[in-house]
Amino acid sequence: MTITARRWLFGVCGAALFTIFILAVRELPQFGHYRGPYGDVLNRETVYERHVTDVVSAVNFDWRGIDTLGEESILFLSVVGTIVLLRTGDEEVQGKDNEDAGPNADIPLPSDATRVAALGLVGPLVVFGLYIVTHGHLSPGGGFQGGVVLATAPLLVYVAGALKTFKRIANHQFVEIMEALGIGGFLGIGFLGMARGAYLRNALPLGTTGHLFSGGTIFLLNVSTGAAVAAGMLSVMYAFLEHTIEVRLRSKA
Amino acid sequence: MSILPYVVSGWLFIIGLYGIVTSRNFVHLVMCLAVLQSSTYVLLLSVGYRVGGGPPVFASVPVGTPAVDPLVQALVLTDIVVEATVVALLLSLAIRIHKNTESVEPDKIVELRG
Amino acid sequence: MPFIQVTILIFVGMTGTAVALTRNPVHQVIGLSFYGIILGLFFFILQAPDVALSQITIGAVVLPLMFMLALGKIRRQAQRKSSTDHPGNARGVQ
Repeated sequence: MTITARRWLFGVCGAALFTIFILAVRELPQFGHYRGPYGDVLNRETVYERHVTDVVSAVNFDWRGIDTLGEESILFLSVVGTIVLLRTGDEEVQGKDNEDAGPNADIPLPSDATRVAALGLVGPLVVFGLYIVTHGHLSPGGGFQGGVVLATAPLLVYVAGALKTFKRIANHQFVEIMEALGIGGFLGIGFLGMARGAYLRNALPLGTTGHLFSGGTIFLLNVSTGAAVAAGMLSVMYAFLEHTIEVRLRSKA
Repeated sequence: MSILPYVVSGWLFIIGLYGIVTSRNFVHLVMCLAVLQSSTYVLLLSVGYRVGGGPPVFASVPVGTPAVDPLVQALVLTDIVVEATVVALLLSLAIRIHKNTESVEPDKIVELRG
Repeated sequence: MPFIQVTILIFVGMTGTAVALTRNPVHQVIGLSFYGIILGLFFFILQAPDVALSQITIGAVVLPLMFMLALGKIRRQAQRKSSTDHPGNARGVQ
């Protein structure tokens, strides 16, 4: 069907959908008057029951750990799918596809200010990422956010122009091992809960509220999620950048 | 005025859907999908808000101070990170389609080739 | 509702509409980054610091980065196809 016919059809159906949505939403409790009991129960009981102070992390890795396991699997499978789809062919890697004459071959190196700033920030960024990952059960943060921060640290190496180092970091076996340990560790730690009768139950000693090693399996699941997310994001970025890096390295040689 | 967050969430859904339906570029389509996904985050977080409540983190306040709902925040948090990897997968599909058929328009890809 | 919440909500609606209605993908990426920051601010005002942290790192940094890399790759593929199509090439036109 033509574009105009499609727009008219969407206009009619979209208006109908919006009207039904507004009529349905008027039945919800007013904005700001949260009624349900589950949020209040969680806020009241989590600190005493699990000795952690960040209730959102406890919900993610203890009360609803099975949902987080599903989301981590989606993440892992998407990363694998992206790497498979973007795999460069042999002729592209060896340079037989005529790209060396293109406009990409002579991009100048970044300026000195960029290189100093980027390379100087790599260390603090790694420490900051590790801090967010490990303190996820005490303050806002956790494996997901800290994993993304950790994955952008090697990207600063690429921004600074050190292409060979970035290639060595991203291709290293350590990244693959971290990803496998992340998702496998989540599954394995769940089995520790079988000692208490159910999968993904919190079975380790709980510790004191407010200290780093508290919360039992919540801390371990945080760390494994951070490893999986960081390694996955880095692999995806390298899959996007692989071909460009090969071309630029060959043009510099 | 008190249903404004829900209205904005519905509006973002409709406008994202409009962008997808009338899109002429795969990358533009995936970005409209990101807008559509964010409408669900707005709806979920607005449902869990409580007037006068603080964040559900009790590191420096005693347990018992009014706080907003932590359950919807946990749902939205994992959803945002998974959205990023799903967008990566869709973008790699778009790159592959462009490599095989030399076009990024959804309307021009009308037949499957082996 | 407090004034700041109403303002941020209307801003979220406006920037979301701008992102969806921009046709050129390169312009749209800049709008998407701005939309991610405004959405992170909205989540922060709704007392959700975990979600705001997640949204700012992902929606304003990682997503625009991936879109830019994909657009660059598509443009390079198009240039490579057009440069192998000229008559002097032994491989010829596919």
